[in-house]
Amino acid sequence: MSYTRRTKDELARRVAQDIHDGAYVNLGIGQPTLVANHLPPGIEVVLHSENGILGMGPAPAAGEEDYDLINAGKQPVTLLPGGVFFHHADSFAMMRGGHLDICVLGAFQVSATGDLANWSTGEAGSIPAVGGAMDLAIGAKQTWVMMDLLTKQGASKVVAQCSYPLTGIGCVKRIYSDLATLACTPQGLKLIDKVEGLEHAELEKLVGLPIAAA
Amino acid sequence: MINKIAASVAEALTGIADGATVLIGGFGTAGIPGELIDGLIDQGARELTVVNNNAGNGDTGLAALLKTGRVRKVICSFPRQADSHVFDALYRSGQLELELVPQGNLAERLRAAGAGIGAFFTPTGFGTELAKNADGSPKETRVINGKSYVLEYPIFGDVALIKAERGDRWGNLTYRKAARNFGPVMATAARRTIASVYEIAELGSFDPEAVVTPGIHVSAIVQIPRVATQAGGFKAAA
Repeated sequence: MSYTRRTKDELARRVAQDIHDGAYVNLGIGQPTLVANHLPPGIEVVLHSENGILGMGPAPAAGEEDYDLINAGKQPVTLLPGGVFFHHADSFAMMRGGHLDICVLGAFQVSATGDLANWSTGEAGSIPAVGGAMDLAIGAKQTWVMMDLLTKQGASKVVAQCSYPLTGIGCVKRIYSDLATLACTPQGLKLIDKVEGLEHAELEKLVGLPIAAA
Repeated sequence: MINKIAASVAEALTGIADGATVLIGGFGTAGIPGELIDGLIDQGARELTVVNNNAGNGDTGLAALLKTGRVRKVICSFPRQADSHVFDALYRSGQLELELVPQGNLAERLRAAGAGIGAFFTPTGFGTELAKNADGSPKETRVINGKSYVLEYPIFGDVALIKAERGDRWGNLTYRKAARNFGPVMATAARRTIASVYEIAELGSFDPEAVVTPGIHVSAIVQIPRVATQAGGFKAAA
């Protein structure tokens, strides 16, 4: 049987489906920011940005950018009514203290038990930079990863053990990918859903690891 | 009478010694005290340790300070940016030491310094390469109630340079939007804190419920002409 990968927008919509009304959410730099465009109508979600914003709104109209009002990726954003500012130590206390419901991050690799590698490829001579990645990984009540299941070379990014430098241990609860949604548990992977036409055995073959049935 | 208003940037920055640890506010270009950094370049202190979230954008501000060769070490969370070429070149050629700190640990280490905390156990970074000391030895760890933590120490500043929005002669400060970022916590962590402000407020004109940094944490404020914060630090959309 044939199957079609979720597009980036379809994947963002899939993540957004699982975000509940009233949730406090941090969307990581890159692909996770797309999730904001797909939140179901009629629910209120408060977006957190680690540089000191709750109630972050979408990008401003062209010409209305205010570079004192930027997101963690340093792109201009807006503030929704009810939004607030606070300093960095408070912002990370909010995160580390487990007050955020959901954090959605990109990843290089995730292990079956939820170890995350997303800050460094460990490449010699590269300039290291971690930002808030390690704080985000372990801070929220639930950390979700949003990524393609396979690298461009076809290797699974879901692995038995991360070969890239770790961001956090056992911190990822779910992986939302272009082919399937998986739960990471201390016992290993568990299927939540997969794209139509993709057989369970084929998914396990692509990942190279056993995946417990949904 | 208390009057913390300095007549000029140069007056506010007198006495910064060689070898000082300088905390510099800002995240990307928001909250970067550019006028104070330019003043520090003119002031001429050398062998500095600079603490900032990033390590400079383009060729101005912090990047210009690095370019003078007067910075020995940078403590930051995210040096690599789209336009961080000054840092990149100095780091690759071994002329600049880097201590990479997860952003939340950076903020909390500054907070600890300001709050008189000797050290603290944080879950951030446990089991990673950043739970190691500069010499590669592991940092102290502890399991508390079944959860693993790393021991982290405060970062004290000799001086903090921060950008605020308004200030009064007692040094009370408010900020503007997300330019607040590290300012309030750095103000508490340094022996001497200097804030640039766009407006001087009459003493008593601030709503006391809305002051963000109480003047006890501020040594000097200096008024600078208002300019719009510029973009920086990210890749422009293709």
